[in-house]
Amino acid sequence: MDYFLELFLGGLTRGSIYALIALGYTMVYGIIELINFAHGEIYMIGAFTALIVISVLTLMGMNTIAILVIAGVVAVIYSSAYGYTVEKIAYKPLRNAPRLSALISAIGMSLFLQNYVRLAQTPNFLSFPNLIPDFEFIKPYAHIIGSTEIVILITTAVVMVLLTILIKFTNTGKAMRATSQDKTMAMLVGINVNRIISITFVAGSATAAIGGVLIASHIGMINFYIGFMVGIKAFVAAVLGGIGSIPGAVLGGFILGWTESFATGYVSSDYEDVFAFLFLVLILIFRPAGILGRSGKHEI
Amino acid sequence: MKSCFGKVFFTAIVMAFAVSIMPCTGSAADTIKLGIAGAHSGDLASYGIPSVNAAKLVVKDINAKGGILGSEVVLLVEDDVCKPEVATNTATKLLSNGVDIVMGHICSGATRAALGIYKSENIICMSPSATNPPLTQSGEYPNFYRTIASDDAQARLEVDFALDVLKAGKIAVLHDKGDYGKGLAEFAKSFIEKDPRAEVVLYEGVTPGAVDYSAVVQKIKHSKADTVIFGGYHPEASKIVMQMRKKRMKTCFISDDGVKDDTFIKVAGKYAEGVYATGPKDTSSNPLAIAATEAHKKTYGTDPGAFFLNAYAATQALLNAIEKAGSTDYNAVSKALKTEYVETPLGKIKFDNKGDAIGIGFSIYQVQSGRYVEVK
Repeated sequence: MDYFLELFLGGLTRGSIYALIALGYTMVYGIIELINFAHGEIYMIGAFTALIVISVLTLMGMNTIAILVIAGVVAVIYSSAYGYTVEKIAYKPLRNAPRLSALISAIGMSLFLQNYVRLAQTPNFLSFPNLIPDFEFIKPYAHIIGSTEIVILITTAVVMVLLTILIKFTNTGKAMRATSQDKTMAMLVGINVNRIISITFVAGSATAAIGGVLIASHIGMINFYIGFMVGIKAFVAAVLGGIGSIPGAVLGGFILGWTESFATGYVSSDYEDVFAFLFLVLILIFRPAGILGRSGKHEI
Repeated sequence: MKSCFGKVFFTAIVMAFAVSIMPCTGSAADTIKLGIAGAHSGDLASYGIPSVNAAKLVVKDINAKGGILGSEVVLLVEDDVCKPEVATNTATKLLSNGVDIVMGHICSGATRAALGIYKSENIICMSPSATNPPLTQSGEYPNFYRTIASDDAQARLEVDFALDVLKAGKIAVLHDKGDYGKGLAEFAKSFIEKDPRAEVVLYEGVTPGAVDYSAVVQKIKHSKADTVIFGGYHPEASKIVMQMRKKRMKTCFISDDGVKDDTFIKVAGKYAEGVYATGPKDTSSNPLAIAATEAHKKTYGTDPGAFFLNAYAATQALLNAIEKAGSTDYNAVSKALKTEYVETPLGKIKFDNKGDAIGIGFSIYQVQSGRYVEVK
């Protein structure tokens, strides 16, 4: 039973990692129906920014909590700026082009950012300090779940709730939903569509940056390539949950995390990815729009 | 690409002239093109860059003394980022640039991919680090040599150490599914199974580059293993070790020379303490090794990285063989490699019929206060 619980919690943590990144994919897709492949790279840039800030602040001798907060804030701002710029440079000029062009542009942007960080920073793995202290109350359970894992779980839940509130209950959210339904009509009723799209990209990038800081702190190492694998898995999670749906992205992340964790625990880690993608195929056969997705006339 | 016959014929004519007209020196004013291939960027660049530095240092010395057989040695450096699919391009590019002999590649998978191409063009290839056993033992690549002992020797040492010194009873064997890691893990597993003192309680491959390895770590814990033997490279090893230690597991961790790299210690930090890794035998008392390390420090300002001395020795062995053979002819150089001893930082070496170096071995190292220290 203990073993099951450990695998369950391990899967939950891994799932919330996927979910944090999947939120950005799903938001952008919900608004402009673009799969933003550069999203994983925004996450990676968030982690790198945080590492640079942390190195500087540690030299100045600040305490860890302050460092974590400042590094997080700087990473969010910096990554949001990247997300905003990427949208303006790579996607906005292609908004009325065929959808495939924007997709190719996204893949190009992803490769560009990866190689840019590799050249501007380093191709090597870098050590990322553990910023989240061991909480006292968790000590007896440290062999099952660590404090970093708890922080990741809570953050994912909080971010999901905040995004849902943003979309469901604010004027900006109303404008977002209007834009996603019909851009032309939204413009006609006086919504600044360009601004709404920018806000979506900024919000998505901010969640990716938060994810970047927490996940790097959990895993303890980063390099220019970390965004790629997480990006692919998060994309799968978003599709699994129903792309365009915020709770769907989180649910998809959890399901993917659990599938991988249990497949490793009870079968073999050799088949981890096989099971994860087998599950994806099965779900898409029975629910083509994903678990919480609405089936409609949209197609990629 | 030139045909094999054309090349041999051409070499034969040049040799005939050299023998009849200039009996003492070889053909002059030509250059000897030494190809250096390996991972010079990407995740595993820390294994490849030292080999480039080593070759540069050796060649600088030799050219300062007037080169080999009167010709200057030039380096053709090509990156394969440790990927088999890139390595074939790397090899083709070296051949089209007219390479005479190759020092490389770094990773076993990439080396194997490139070897077929070199073989068809009769080019000798010597790796400082590719330890996959079949590369020499299969007899498939007579053009391949290496200045490092093969994985089965390494796995043997790891298993002996776990059983004799650590007194392990339950061993988990993990690998990264790659040519190198899986090969090593399979040897380790078969050695343990033949020994009545211990059993393999877990044998699994992990996915390289996965987000985390918590499920595998839980599985190790569940299997009640007291020792983990891991075959693979440092990025995965450091993730697994860090997650094990964060879960308060004290399981011994033994790995291979893919982990015996300072990057591992830098990334895993305090979690690296106590980890065992096998690596090339300590040669720090060899005067040639001291001189080579000093030269590296003087030229590049840092300590040389992994496989530096192996690459240094490989470059010396190749150039020495060309000198003794009197040409870059495939058969003559092969014969010289197998018969002529050469003094290198790794000791006095020559090669056996399969291409493995005679006089090279492995030792066990442990991370102690941020450094790899040899365990006696």
